[in-house]
Amino acid sequence: MIQVNAMGDACPIPVVKTKNAVKELGAAGGVVETLVDNEISVQNLTKMANQKGYGVKSEKLGENQFKVTMTVGAGAAPIPENEPTECIVPAGREKNVVVAVGSDQMGAGAEKLGKTLLKGFLYALGQQDVLPKTILFYNGGASVTCEGSASLEDLKSLEAQGVEIMTCGTCLDFYGLTGQLRVGEVTNMYAIAEKLTGADLVVKP
Amino acid sequence: MEEKIVFCKGGGCTAKLGAGILQRVLDRLPRGPLDRDLLVGFDSKDDAAVYRVTDDIAIVQTLDFFPPMVDDPYTFGRIAAANALSDVYAMGGEVKTALNIVCFPEKMDLNVLGEIMRGGSEKVIEAGGTLAGGHSIADSDVKYGLSVTGIVHPDRIYHNNGGRAGDKLILTKPLGVGIVCTAARVGEASREALDAAVASMTTLNKYAAACCRRYDVHACTDVTGFSFLGHLHEMMDGRLSCHIHAPSVPVIPQALEYADEFLLTAAAQRNRNHTGPFVRFDGVPFAMEEVLFDPQTSGGLLVALGAAEAEDLLAELRSAGAAAAVVGEILERQEPEILVTTD
Repeated sequence: MIQVNAMGDACPIPVVKTKNAVKELGAAGGVVETLVDNEISVQNLTKMANQKGYGVKSEKLGENQFKVTMTVGAGAAPIPENEPTECIVPAGREKNVVVAVGSDQMGAGAEKLGKTLLKGFLYALGQQDVLPKTILFYNGGASVTCEGSASLEDLKSLEAQGVEIMTCGTCLDFYGLTGQLRVGEVTNMYAIAEKLTGADLVVKP
Repeated sequence: MEEKIVFCKGGGCTAKLGAGILQRVLDRLPRGPLDRDLLVGFDSKDDAAVYRVTDDIAIVQTLDFFPPMVDDPYTFGRIAAANALSDVYAMGGEVKTALNIVCFPEKMDLNVLGEIMRGGSEKVIEAGGTLAGGHSIADSDVKYGLSVTGIVHPDRIYHNNGGRAGDKLILTKPLGVGIVCTAARVGEASREALDAAVASMTTLNKYAAACCRRYDVHACTDVTGFSFLGHLHEMMDGRLSCHIHAPSVPVIPQALEYADEFLLTAAAQRNRNHTGPFVRFDGVPFAMEEVLFDPQTSGGLLVALGAAEAEDLLAELRSAGAAAAVVGEILERQEPEILVTTD
């Protein structure tokens, strides 16, 4: 295994250093571990590995510290495509799922049931293998992130797992909920439009 | 080679902040009352600000500066100036005055600064403008650019979002200068490739803009830091789509080789992260994808105009010496917004 320290290096230096390390491995192949200090470098290294058919995984070691591990196959034999690769910092590969909550109820029907269903939905969301990237709350949904909501614990747990929780500021104003937001951040229509149009999949409970 | 100047750390438009993070900041700025004479401002993602002074005259204001992307200070000055002046041409205007913007380390040889500013000054004169002053501060790294003022008739402003379905898209300079400069920085670019990139970056868009003035141009922008696809995305303005024919897009050939060697910039990846979701590549090779996301310093004009006039403008641009080409056409809004194919 060869370790490459590319901390503090700007692109394309991390890729150049890693390429040289792969060359050093020679025909036998092996593993190259590259340390970088920014996510863009991780994405560029991942892109190179994917093009070359190397196995690649990356992990965040800490604030501004990432490790990219490339597995280079023996000889010229490319890594099979179904080689299990774990990519914690995906180069736009993982699906960008956005959940849009526009009401304090799930579906249309009895109000009491609708509220119970939404609470259950938000709980179940946190139990999924693949979490959404963002949950947007607007209009009637704005109250779900505020004081008194039955879902605060579930949403805090989702947030702790890296899910972005965003609530429409205009809606908080309108319903007099400003100052009562208890989880996530306040957002505006530009950001909401950007999240919705940028999503691979929008889920509306 | 002259004495090695160690100020090049990867500059030009590769040093630009990503569009995504910038937007988040801009969205939060307080807005004053609306001024009806501000014809082009923050709210449009256009190349320069335009302010109407009278019914016949509007001023075009823009500024651009960045760290060196080449080792020769004189060449850097010419490129930085050509890049800053370009925004005026992209708005359909003519250059009137320019002010120097200089950041320079106190301990560095002042002759270097002299060479940078000589290069910049020459380009301002070539543009038909006058260098009227400037501002300089001591800084840890070299940065140079211009604040440029031009004029344009308020009715003849080129917006970047005025395209129409059926329009042809013409690009007036080859892509790939970002990748070539990046390769040069790690000693992997050939002399020919760097010469081609420098020749392209130091060419004023003045001549291409003069050709465009004789046609009914619907939309125009200059291709810079956000890459060909990034600026194309802004041109589509959320209401149009387009089809790009990759083999027609002019490219510095070595840029494709260097992309295949993964001499990739951070800025290109930021561009991919920002614009990638709007683009579908159909069988386009990886290297060409990278070139289409490559940040351009002092890139060419990207022009939309009616199909009937496109061939005539193209012929005129080519006889003016531009490596121009029709690269695609605008379509009615559809998915994907930008389709890139190999035909």
